[in-house]
Amino acid sequence: MALHGRVRGVFKVNEEKQRRKYTTVSIPVSLYERIKDLIKDTGFKSVSDYVTYVLREIVAMHEAERSSEPFTEEDVERIKQKLKALGYL
Amino acid sequence: MISRPHGGRLVNRVLASKRRERILEEVDEFERLNIDQGRAFDAENIAYGVYSPLEGFMLEEEFLSVLDDMRLPNDLPWTIPIVLDIDEKTAARIEPGDDVMLYYEDIPVAVLHVEEIYVYDKERFARCVFKTTDLAHPGVAKVFSMGKYLIGGRVDLINDPPNPFERYTLRPVETRVLFRERGWKTVVGFQTRNVPHLGHEYLQKSALVFVDGLFINPVIGRKKRGDFRDDVILSAYEVLLRNYYPRESAVLSIVRYEMRYAGPREAIHHAIMRKNFGCTHFIVGRDHAGVGNYYGPYEAQEIFKEFPDLGITPLFFREFFYCRKCGAIVNERVCPHDESFRLRFSGTKIREMIRSGKTPPPEFMRPEVAEAIFQFENPFVE
Repeated sequence: MALHGRVRGVFKVNEEKQRRKYTTVSIPVSLYERIKDLIKDTGFKSVSDYVTYVLREIVAMHEAERSSEPFTEEDVERIKQKLKALGYL
Repeated sequence: MISRPHGGRLVNRVLASKRRERILEEVDEFERLNIDQGRAFDAENIAYGVYSPLEGFMLEEEFLSVLDDMRLPNDLPWTIPIVLDIDEKTAARIEPGDDVMLYYEDIPVAVLHVEEIYVYDKERFARCVFKTTDLAHPGVAKVFSMGKYLIGGRVDLINDPPNPFERYTLRPVETRVLFRERGWKTVVGFQTRNVPHLGHEYLQKSALVFVDGLFINPVIGRKKRGDFRDDVILSAYEVLLRNYYPRESAVLSIVRYEMRYAGPREAIHHAIMRKNFGCTHFIVGRDHAGVGNYYGPYEAQEIFKEFPDLGITPLFFREFFYCRKCGAIVNERVCPHDESFRLRFSGTKIREMIRSGKTPPPEFMRPEVAEAIFQFENPFVE
């Protein structure tokens, strides 16, 4: 296949993905109004901006709570030997 | 608990010995692609999880998402494109689905499993990442010197790029074990590419007041002519730590990485790398990762407001200086005196003094550090 044929094909798929970047979530109108009021004269451009910001903060916090160490006890012993040899432990 | 890796999982794409041996036996059958030092370091950082969750050089969707949104397509913060460029001739002989051997200095470093080859807009790349298209900016110049195509796909590391500083090289999985063994629950990362003066020391020690441990993580890689050599920087830090830091509270280890000089965007990237090393906090001072006058002095601090989900806490500091009236190292938040009393820590001034054989005054630099620098016949990059 010619190079630009391959490249162009990929480009179309990505344009489609770019269009699907946002979705709609429903929140109570009263909450929407409260947020709209709250964000006046702040850096937030819209209620969506604010909601995205707050949700990202909360989601990251919950994800952090679910974390576990990325190594086994076997790894730890091997790494400890290296750290001792290098004078770190 | 130290920081969870960015994206939740520490990437490991270092080939296990049996598979590595098998691949090395067939090394001549792979399509060969020579890469520069910066890309070799990128492959190494991907493989050891410094760039977690990246598993390879970026595909177009990731690249565009990083340019436009400063996030990966899965919404994780990511500000610097990690890409591999190729020229038209190379692009014509490689297909998605191929396995390509990446060579650095004639050493097979990594296998790239090609998923995509795509064209990109250099001007857009420069404008988004560096906020300028001025070719005098070293990051912009680099982008405009790149090949016409980007090639994306996962990498498997075969060999570490040659490393004269093995003794100072710890991988994220190793620093995580080290922090745990030392009993550190909170660790602050400090990025540097210079010899330490007293301003750096006060910055680090001010941060250390609030956390259990300090991770001094010099960047080793391509430097500009006239910069301090990597071995000089490490030697200077060794001396400083030995004489002025509590042994149980500080660790010195390098990261091999090519600076992009992307100011605010790069500050976020530096924080993500240190998060993967296990840091819970990251020091951001004046003009972090900046060059020339392309960014405001505290723009690299401002950008953190856009990332409530970064997963590492930035510690912002104003510039430290020596105040003759206070008789101490202070910053504008605690010193009421005017500029005439202030001695600014200038890297340029320190380099000039060293170059002319003068020892910087003790208000600028620890005498032991200066002495360590003078041990080198030529401490500067030629």
